[in-house]
Amino acid sequence: MIKESDLQAEQASQREVVPAGDYYMQELKAGQTLRILDLEGNQAADTLFYSAADPSERYSAMDTIREQGNVYLTAGTKLLSNLGREMLTITADTCGRHDTLGGACATESNTVRYSLDKKCMHACRDSWLLAVAENEQYGLTKRDITHNINFFMNVPITAAGGLTFEDGISGAGKYVEMRAEMDVIVLMSNCPQLNNPCNGYNPTPVEMLIWDAA
Amino acid sequence: MNSTISQEPIYQEVINGAAHWSVTVPAGKTLRFTNPEGASNVSLLFYNPKDLLERYNAPDTLKCQHTFKLTKGNCLYSDMGRVFCSITRDDTGWIDSVGGLANKHKVAEKWGERSYQTQGNLWLQNGYDAMLVELAKYGLGKRDMAANINLFSKVAADAEGNLQFEQNASKAGDVIELRFEMDTLVLMTTCPHPMNPASEYPNHGVEVAMVEADPVSEDDYCRNFRPENGRGFENTERYRCVSQASTCCEA
Repeated sequence: MIKESDLQAEQASQREVVPAGDYYMQELKAGQTLRILDLEGNQAADTLFYSAADPSERYSAMDTIREQGNVYLTAGTKLLSNLGREMLTITADTCGRHDTLGGACATESNTVRYSLDKKCMHACRDSWLLAVAENEQYGLTKRDITHNINFFMNVPITAAGGLTFEDGISGAGKYVEMRAEMDVIVLMSNCPQLNNPCNGYNPTPVEMLIWDAA
Repeated sequence: MNSTISQEPIYQEVINGAAHWSVTVPAGKTLRFTNPEGASNVSLLFYNPKDLLERYNAPDTLKCQHTFKLTKGNCLYSDMGRVFCSITRDDTGWIDSVGGLANKHKVAEKWGERSYQTQGNLWLQNGYDAMLVELAKYGLGKRDMAANINLFSKVAADAEGNLQFEQNASKAGDVIELRFEMDTLVLMTTCPHPMNPASEYPNHGVEVAMVEADPVSEDDYCRNFRPENGRGFENTERYRCVSQASTCCEA
């Protein structure tokens, strides 16, 4: 569902451009709104959320899609934790659809998906692992790396049960916005994937904007 | 031969409904699940017993095989690009990979409050807590619970992505066989699928048997089901050679 935001970029309390292939790890307080802005188009923002109070509570793709009865995420979707609680609500979305089935690229899965010699290419799970290693204050490790959201990705399901990877439906200037319903840690890998047509083989930066509670 | 149904089991047992169990399955063995009345749901999680940080990865499994459903021919992948097991037989044609587990609140909301105090050993449990108990046996916890699969349950999606739990997707006597390609810790619960619309708590067990698998041949159905699976098998074989370096490897 396309829903534009009323928030103005110049009123954001924080703005940070995340280059392709880098990560973003930041606490978001309950009531704050986060916008992920696709600056140049067709980028994928692979994102995990953890409760800041207890990171063993985290975003659950299974609970989220089952309880909303739909596999795609868009404005109005409530992002649920493994304990079935609301972590964030998507409040605006000019892209219209986001994937939470396809997961994040990894050096290991790249060998399976593409070719055994693709092992040494940059991948989202490497970015997350570097993030948790460089930010020990959060106490996260590999065991916390779970099933994520791919903002701006389009992964349609067929009636026969197939999964297809389509050219992105995002474009330059499109964004998705979500309000935190509890204090959360945001861990985003700005995808460096060079094997997937989703980003036109051209990873580009995204901007993360935060507004304080009104 | 795709079915091992005629083979004498090395081990077999019945797991009652609303229960949980775990077993370490060696590479080269098959686990055969039989749905006695057609109404069972068996939720499974997979870990590498030598490195519990290596676990079943649902997104890697789905995307590398370009599928939303799992069935015969599909392999179940770890986050390390290796194949825990191959689905060598699936009489149902559709194994759910997205429904997850029902927690205490979901079970209470759908089928009423349950407790040991009121029901004793007839207490009907929830899948989430059942898995937590099994995880804890290996020093694991909530943080280690990955997205699971549900045998004998079908959840389809329409063109708009709306999910539909299909009732009666499995029939009495249906068999699903998983052939293990590496040593794997398998966690299981027979608690009901969270999307099951039954008015009463669906309390159904499953028969589990372990049998010797036939050696994986070059023309193996699962290995050749997709080119990705050939590479997944190669990763798994390389790992087996390294992890058993003193005893193998004459490939």
